[in-house]
Amino acid sequence: MFDIFLRKRIIIVEEIFHEGGPIAVTPLRRGAILAVIQNPFAGHYVEDIAEFMDDLKPLGLAMASQLVAALGGDPTIIEGYGKGAIVGAAGELEHGALWHAPGGYAMREILGGAKAIVPSTKKVGGPGTRLDIPVTHINASYVRSHFDAMEVGIPDAPRADEIVLALVMTTGPRVHARVGGLAASEIKGEDGLR
Amino acid sequence: MKAQIRKIVTVVDETLTEMGQAVEPPVRRAAVAAVIENPFAGRYVEDLAELMDVGEELGKLLAEKAVAALGIEGPKAESYGKAALVGENGEMEHAAAILHPKLGAPVRKILGKGAALIPSSKKRGGPGAVLDIPLGHKDAAYVRSHFDGMEIQISDAPRANEIVVAVAITTGGRPLPRIGGLKVNDIKGEDGLR
Repeated sequence: MFDIFLRKRIIIVEEIFHEGGPIAVTPLRRGAILAVIQNPFAGHYVEDIAEFMDDLKPLGLAMASQLVAALGGDPTIIEGYGKGAIVGAAGELEHGALWHAPGGYAMREILGGAKAIVPSTKKVGGPGTRLDIPVTHINASYVRSHFDAMEVGIPDAPRADEIVLALVMTTGPRVHARVGGLAASEIKGEDGLR
Repeated sequence: MKAQIRKIVTVVDETLTEMGQAVEPPVRRAAVAAVIENPFAGRYVEDLAELMDVGEELGKLLAEKAVAALGIEGPKAESYGKAALVGENGEMEHAAAILHPKLGAPVRKILGKGAALIPSSKKRGGPGAVLDIPLGHKDAAYVRSHFDGMEIQISDAPRANEIVVAVAITTGGRPLPRIGGLKVNDIKGEDGLR
């Protein structure tokens, strides 16, 4: 059991009204929450790290709730999600992978049992490293209108012995989505894919 | 509204610890940026009055959103700053027209007071350029603990014909101020300086 030492929390919300085309009746919102935590495994190789995933669960749930609140407080309007991690230079990529289960399942729980796998990305980097977090529909990964991404980063994080953990949620498709594919209205909602 | 807004980005950061020391209460800072069309992009226009009016509108909108994102009453804000990032087809003077003549008054109205100059910065750049917003105490510019800065970055803005306009508002100064100078408790609040 490891304690979570949280240095900093960042919430970013974008409201997108248009991108050169018709102005959206309801602006698309994309939100990200980032937590800067101490990496308990920084500086040396530790074989057994998996239990840290359990320690991260409460943080994941809190972050998912805070992000929903920042997007207006209604979990039913969330349509897309993604997650990511930036591991400071004294850590390894595998430490970022610890975020997959607690980050992903936290969002799925807060959003009422979302079916689709949560797309993710991670890297090792220094303060100011930017991460492009992929986003897909919460119930059907193939919904083409909801393939999106949000770039995040923090000027002073991660320090070498820190990890930046990130969750992203969106309230709809790309603002001018028009390239066909499976539509959100056609989701069967059985396998998380279609 | 005169401003043609493509998107609005809100960033809130919250510092809970710094160098292992708890920050009590945590310092919270909000930056809100609007990405607007530059009506004068690509040509020289002598009279910039339209952008001055845009500044007035945005001062109100951005300050309201910043205070809302912090979840505080306006008068509880401690420091502020403003900045503009002009896309490549605009001129520095466009940033000046938005920031300096009219943007400050509505910001001060929302914060209840604001005797001090609102510190500012401006530059020209492309999408993803970093904008550093200087911060200073809203009632006394010499309060040393509140000399600070907040960085924002929007991956897809400004496009060539756009301007990013940002206002930052905080609930406090640096996390662990200890370099002396004028303190918040010693503010006279008459001249905006001390």
